Amino acid sequence: MSAELALIGPILAAMLAAATPLLFAALGELVVEKSGVLNLGVEGMMLVGAVCGFAVAVQTGSSTLGFVAGAAAGAGMAALFGVLTLLLLANQVATGLALTLFGVGLSALIGQGFVGIPIADVPELYIPGLTDLPVIGKALFGQDALVYLALAAVPAVHWFLYATRKGLILRAVGENHAAAHALGYKVIRIRFLAVLFGGAMSGMAGAFLSLDYTPMWAEGISSGRGWIALALVVFATWKPGRVLLGAWLFGGVTIAQLHVQGLGIDIPSQLLSMLPYLATVVVLVVISRDVARIRLNAPASLGKVFHPDA
Amino acid sequence: MGKALMGLATGAAMLALGVGAADAQEKMKVGFVYVGPISDHGYSYQHDQGRLAVEKELGDKVTTTFVENVPEGADAERVIEQLASSGHKLIFTTSFGFMNPTLKVAQRHPDVKFEHATGYKRSANVATYSARFYEARTVIGQIAGKMTKSNIIGYIGSFPIPEVVSGINAFTIAMREVNPKAEVRVVWVNSWYDPGKEAEAAKALIDQGADVISLHTDSPAAIQVAQERGLWVFGQSSDMTRFGPKAHLTAIVDDWREYYVNRVKAALDGSWKSQDTWGGFKDHMLFLAPYNPALPADVVAAAEKTRTDIMEGKRHSFQGPVKDQSGKVVIAEGKQATDEQILKMDWYVEGVQGKVPK
Repeated sequence: MSAELALIGPILAAMLAAATPLLFAALGELVVEKSGVLNLGVEGMMLVGAVCGFAVAVQTGSSTLGFVAGAAAGAGMAALFGVLTLLLLANQVATGLALTLFGVGLSALIGQGFVGIPIADVPELYIPGLTDLPVIGKALFGQDALVYLALAAVPAVHWFLYATRKGLILRAVGENHAAAHALGYKVIRIRFLAVLFGGAMSGMAGAFLSLDYTPMWAEGISSGRGWIALALVVFATWKPGRVLLGAWLFGGVTIAQLHVQGLGIDIPSQLLSMLPYLATVVVLVVISRDVARIRLNAPASLGKVFHPDA
Repeated sequence: MGKALMGLATGAAMLALGVGAADAQEKMKVGFVYVGPISDHGYSYQHDQGRLAVEKELGDKVTTTFVENVPEGADAERVIEQLASSGHKLIFTTSFGFMNPTLKVAQRHPDVKFEHATGYKRSANVATYSARFYEARTVIGQIAGKMTKSNIIGYIGSFPIPEVVSGINAFTIAMREVNPKAEVRVVWVNSWYDPGKEAEAAKALIDQGADVISLHTDSPAAIQVAQERGLWVFGQSSDMTRFGPKAHLTAIVDDWREYYVNRVKAALDGSWKSQDTWGGFKDHMLFLAPYNPALPADVVAAAEKTRTDIMEGKRHSFQGPVKDQSGKVVIAEGKQATDEQILKMDWYVEGVQGKVPK
């Protein structure tokens, strides 16, 4: 039994790490969607962030610079999306999907020369005393800095959205862009900034994967995590705190099912892998009814094109 | 000789069709369909090495095309169809899940020859080929049994198909022969290529006490994890030493070069027939990567003996008596598993923890 107990610490630590890329990307997308824009290009922005972050870290030898570059690359991809959908009024769903396809190809192209190059892992935090605590010490106080940064982003985003005037305006734009426009708010500028933030967060999620989680570049390294992050925003009904719970749940299920298998417990691994998507489908079905949509906090202008002259 | 025959054959065909002599120079198009990126440094990479060998040796007679990252299933059918209808005369589809799509497309294109890797369904214009990967797993299983201190060996599996299950069993049998106390823990990631998940699986197994990791997935992510944690690991499909020089004990290396060159030659000279090829060490379809210098000399010597014994037919990976998990003898004393038994294997031998997912 004690052998299983000793596993709690490592499992907790692995869950926190697995939740981190989801947390970055989903929090970013949450802000984007709160402003009324639906960007389905998270997976693509994540991949470009991952490869650019890795490339810069290899060239400069600094994982911090790599991480910044990953965020910048994600924001660059998002800027492209912003120009197409906000200025040229392209369809958001189609453009987002195209952005993902573009990101998959672009990251593979950039990454050609970086496959198989090893880099040093991002150092882990070590707080004497706390990190040495039994069972939970390593999980809570021995993670990489990025894990804590993602965690800190949760209250920060919540505070911004619900306790600042700028956050209030952003939400107003997402609920009713025509009214916000009539009040004199710059709908397009606000949405563009939100889209850039979302891109930077997706880029960070990608850079976390390539610099920290598996310190390597491999084509398609995100393996669908961008899609899980998108699902997570819906699953969390557009609330930052619930995004955190969702990320822990989704990350936790991934790690738990690997351990369950290793211990020889007989639950089909496919079933566990499927759970996050199943939960998302359920939420999507529920919010397709208008009453439920309002109750569940979905931004009313989500995905709708805004044209100031209309 | 091949060239002369080919010239004659095409010449006759061109005359019959009344096509000008300039077209007689046209090269045969050969297509390759890969499940992963060729940059995976594993399975798809090795198939592409085979394609490059064809280009190198027969480049004056053929041109090659490849499509990477093709998902198994409906998408694969479109890719294969596309190759077949754009004038490719020989198409290699290199993953198990391409089996049914390949057969479907082959039915519509009786004049195109197909080669499907690791499948079992054939038709007049579909041949199959695979390597006896389990032979190499016998060797690494033996090394694992000698190198483990915790007696827990982690095994990262892709999908519970017979090829992977027979690999786990061959590994375990050889491991238990040198170390009856050791056991294998299997974690399925339900993907051939997902670096993040493969790394997570490796970490989970190591956290559960495994000190040697073997994998049947295509990325080198687990090699890095083992390197970081200071444990042992075996590479898959390619020599993965550079991802973890200290941790990498050796690797099972697939080698398709000779096979691909021979089959393309056969297609060129008209001797191509639908057949099944299942080659092992002795057919040069399988190698072991250089042993880690940290391996003790006696372990290397024993591994080399096992390898040459298999090559010379003195040893079989499934030599009876082989017991399943319940202790029942499945392969009787003095008998060897038949090819059919290996190709349909869906049970674990004694020493593997857990059950085969259904």
